[in-house]
Amino acid sequence: MGSSGELLFDGADWDFPTLQRIHDACEQIARKELGLDVYPNQIEVITAEQMLDAYSSVGMPLFYKHWSFGKQFAFQEASYRKGLMGLAYEIVINSSPCISYLMEENTATMQTLVIAHAAFGHNHFFKNNYLFKQWTDADGILDYLEFAKGYIAVCEDRHGRETVERTLDAAHALMSHGVDRYPGKKTLDLRAEEKRAGERRQHEESVFNDLWRTVPNTKAKSKATLSAERRRALLGLPQENILYFLEKTAPRLAGWQRELIRIVRHIAQYFYPQGQTKVMNEGTATYVHYRIMSRLHQQGRITDGNFLEFLQSHTNVVFQPEFDDRRYSGFNPYALGFAMMQDIERIVKTPEDEDRDWFPDIAGKGDVEGVLRDIWSNYRDESFINQFLSPALIRRFRMFHLHDDPAESQGIKVDAIHDERGYRRVRRELARQYDVGFVDANIEVMDVDLDGDRRLMLRHTTVKGAQLNETDTRRVLQHLADLWSYDVALTELDGTDKVLKEYVVSPRAAAVAA
Amino acid sequence: MVMHIVDRRLNPGSKSLENRQRFLRRAKALVQGAVKKSSQDRDIKDVLEGGEVTIPLDGMDEPRFRREGGTRDMVLPGNKKFVEGDWLQRPNQSGAKGSGAGEGDSEDAFRFVLSREEFVDLFLDDLELPDLAKRKLAETESEGIRRAGYATSGSPANISVSRTVSRALARRVALRRPRKDEIEALEAELAECDDETRRRELLTLLEALKAKVKRIPFIDPIDIRYRRFETVPKPVAQAVMFCLMDVSGSMSEHMKDLAKRFYMLLYVFLKRRYKHVEIVFIRHTDRAEEVDEDTFFHGPASGGTLVSSALVAMHDIVRTRFRPADWNIYAAQASDGDNMTSDSGVTGHLLTDKILPVCQFFAYLEVGEAANYTFDMPDSSLWTLYERLRNEGQPLSMRKVSERGEIFPVFQDLFKRRTSQERV
Repeated sequence: MGSSGELLFDGADWDFPTLQRIHDACEQIARKELGLDVYPNQIEVITAEQMLDAYSSVGMPLFYKHWSFGKQFAFQEASYRKGLMGLAYEIVINSSPCISYLMEENTATMQTLVIAHAAFGHNHFFKNNYLFKQWTDADGILDYLEFAKGYIAVCEDRHGRETVERTLDAAHALMSHGVDRYPGKKTLDLRAEEKRAGERRQHEESVFNDLWRTVPNTKAKSKATLSAERRRALLGLPQENILYFLEKTAPRLAGWQRELIRIVRHIAQYFYPQGQTKVMNEGTATYVHYRIMSRLHQQGRITDGNFLEFLQSHTNVVFQPEFDDRRYSGFNPYALGFAMMQDIERIVKTPEDEDRDWFPDIAGKGDVEGVLRDIWSNYRDESFINQFLSPALIRRFRMFHLHDDPAESQGIKVDAIHDERGYRRVRRELARQYDVGFVDANIEVMDVDLDGDRRLMLRHTTVKGAQLNETDTRRVLQHLADLWSYDVALTELDGTDKVLKEYVVSPRAAAVAA
Repeated sequence: MVMHIVDRRLNPGSKSLENRQRFLRRAKALVQGAVKKSSQDRDIKDVLEGGEVTIPLDGMDEPRFRREGGTRDMVLPGNKKFVEGDWLQRPNQSGAKGSGAGEGDSEDAFRFVLSREEFVDLFLDDLELPDLAKRKLAETESEGIRRAGYATSGSPANISVSRTVSRALARRVALRRPRKDEIEALEAELAECDDETRRRELLTLLEALKAKVKRIPFIDPIDIRYRRFETVPKPVAQAVMFCLMDVSGSMSEHMKDLAKRFYMLLYVFLKRRYKHVEIVFIRHTDRAEEVDEDTFFHGPASGGTLVSSALVAMHDIVRTRFRPADWNIYAAQASDGDNMTSDSGVTGHLLTDKILPVCQFFAYLEVGEAANYTFDMPDSSLWTLYERLRNEGQPLSMRKVSERGEIFPVFQDLFKRRTSQERV
C-alpha cells in the first residue's frame, strides 16, 4: 500500500488498481480519524445508460418488472437527452456488502469523491442510524429483491401478466400507506421472510376464517352479533397501514395477490427510513467526503489541481439558492445537512457564549467525531433539526417563517425571522417540515361493516385544513376498492370531527380480486 | 477490510427495455391515437418516419393520496428585508412561484421518442391481408436449414464426434491395430521372462506390434465426418396487390391526397409485413397505365374517367404475370366515384366475370370532398354499381372517406386481423 505522501493518481484517468488505492486511502482516514464503522464495500463501475436504468427502478440493482418503471425510464431518458438533467455521480444501496455504483465517465477526482461520499459516508449512516437498524435488513435485501422478482415473474406466467399488473398498480397506489410508522414487535428479517412465504400461504389457505363465514349457521344465530369493539379488536383496527390490512383481511384476494401486496409493503418499508433522513444522510456523506478529501490533500496524496476540481463539484453540491432565486426548490438536503454538520463541529471545537447556552451538552466538548457519530446514530431529520439547528446557522441562511392562511385576506404573514424572538419558532417549523407525521396524509382504516354490505370505512384526519386532491383520491380509492372487492368509503374530518367530505367508491366489474 | 470492484459495464445494457416495452404496451391505445393524429398532419412522405410523439398522461398516471390547500407554513432561506409581522402579497394564483414545497409533480403531457420500428409496429399493429391462402414454392428464396446426413468435409465446428469415433473404431478393428492391453501383457511377460530365446521372440513381437500401432493411427483424417446441413426452400404465400387509382380531372387535390395517403399506408403495410408481396400500380383516366411507385405517388395526370380501362389493364397483367393458381391477388381501388354512364355495364361485367373470381379481396375506397354535404349527395355511379354487385354476393369491400382523419380508421378496418368466417 502506498504510504502517505505518495500521489494516489495523476490527472483524470483511473483504472481498477487506482480505485483500490483510493479506497484504501479513504478507508484509513475513515476508520482511524473519523472512527466510521461500515459494511464491506463493493464498488461497481457502470455506464451512463446503466445509470439511467438504475434510476428508473428506484436505484435498485434488481427489481421486478413493471410498466411504471418503463415510464420513468422514458421520461428520464428524454430529459437526459435534452440535457435538462445531469446524472448523479453515484448510487449507493443500503445492503451488506454496501454497493456503490460509479459512472465510468467520472474523473479520478470524482471517483475519489464518490468513494468517500458513498462507500464511507452513506455506508456508515446505513449501518449505524437507528431507523435503518430498526426498519431495514441490509443483509437480506438483495436476496429478497431477487425472490420478489422471481415470484412476480412466476405469478405472471401462472395468472397472466395483466392480472398481476392490476394488482401491482393497486398496491403501488397505496404504497405510501403501506408502512408501519411505529416500531413493531420484531425487526424485519427478509431472509426468513422469503423462506416463510410459501409455507405461510399454504397455512392460511387451509385455515378457515370465521370472520368471513357466509354460510348461515343456525347455532351461531342465537348468539348476539359481534360487538363493534370486539370486531375492531379482531381486525386490529384502527389501522394506518392500509396494505397490511388488505393483505391480512381483504376477503377475496388470492394467496399470490396477498404475497404481491406483502412484497410492495416490504419494499415501501425498506425505503421508509430514507425518506426520513434525507438531510442527515446527505449531510453525513457530504461531511465525510469533505473531511476525507481535505485530509488526502493535506497528506499530499491528491494534487492541488485535483483538489480544486473537487472543491468545484463540492460547492455545486452544497449550493443553496435563496427563496427568490429561480433555481429555488426547497432546502437542498446536501447544503442544509453539510452546514449543520460543520456547525456542530464548530460548536464542539470553538463554541461562542450563545452556543454554550443553546447546546450545553456538546459545546466545547472537544471530541468532534464522537459527538457526530452519536448524532448520526440516534436522530432523524425532524429530531436532528429540532435539536441542532443553531441560531448562528439560522442567521447564516437568513431563514424566515411564512404563515399562509387562506382565510386571511391581508396576505401571507411573516411569522418569524432570524432574530432572538424567532430562532425557536423557525427551528420548530423547519423541523416539522421534515416530520413524516405531517408529510403523509393521516389515513386510517376505521371499520368494516360486517353485518351489512362489507363496506370498508376509512378516515382522513386533516391537518391545518389540507384536504385530499379529489381526482387522485378517487383513483386511489378505486384501486383500493378493487382489492377489497366491496365498497370503500373515505371520510375527511377536521380536528373537531366535523365531516368535510365523503367518498364512496365501488369495485370495478373486472375487479382485481377473483 | 476486503473491497470488491466489479466491472458492470459489459453487462447487457437496456435492463429497462422490458419495462419500456411494458410501458408501450400499456400506452398502446394512447400512442396509436397520437400516431394517427400525427399521420394526418404530416407530409405523405414522412408519415412513417417515427420520431417523437406526445401522449396525454391520463390513464398512465400513478395516483397517490395527495393533499392540497389549507393553511401552510414554510421556512425559507434568504430573507432580505422582511421583519416579523410583515404581510406579503399572495402571488397571483396559478403558475406563480412561492409554493416552495416540491409537491404536485404533474406533467400534463408525456413526450417520448419512438424508434421507427416501434412507431411502425404500433401503427400497423393487428393488420393482415385477408385469406392469404395459395402457397407455392418461391423460385429463388430458400430459407431454413435442416440436418442432412454427414459429409467428409466441413467446418471444424460441425465435426460429428460420435460418428468420427465409431468409424475410427471400425477401421482399427479391421486393420487389426494392436490393443493397448495386448502390448501391456507382452511387456509384463517380457519383464518376468528369464529365457533368452523367449525374450528375443517377445522383443521382436513387441517391436512389430509397436510399429503397427504407429502405422495405424488412432484417428485418421479419413475417419472424420462432419454434420451436413442443407438449406430447404420453404413454401411461402405469394401475393400481389393491385393499386388502382383514379387520377382524372374530377378528382380534386384533396381527393388525390386522400387516395395517396391510403395507398401509402397500404404500401408501407405490405412492404413491412410481407416479404413476398408484389405491388402493381395502375392509374387511370380514360385510359389506364401501369406506372412505377414514384410516378404513382407523385406524377401529375388528368383527363376523363373510364373505370373499365383500369380493370382491363389489371386483367391483362394478371393473365400475363400472375397465374391466379399460384398467386394471392388483392386489389384496392380508389376513386371519386364518377364514371361514364356507358361504362357501367362494362365495368360490372369485368368485375363479376374476370376480376372478382381471381381476387382474394377487392376493396373500393371512395374519396369525397372535405365538406359535410357529401352525405346528402346521391350515391355516385360507381358506388351504386358496386353496391348492387355486393348485394348480389360478390366479395367487395367498400368504404367512403372524406377527411384525412378517416383514412387510418378505414384502413385499419379493412385490414384488421379477423377470424376466417368474418367478412370485411
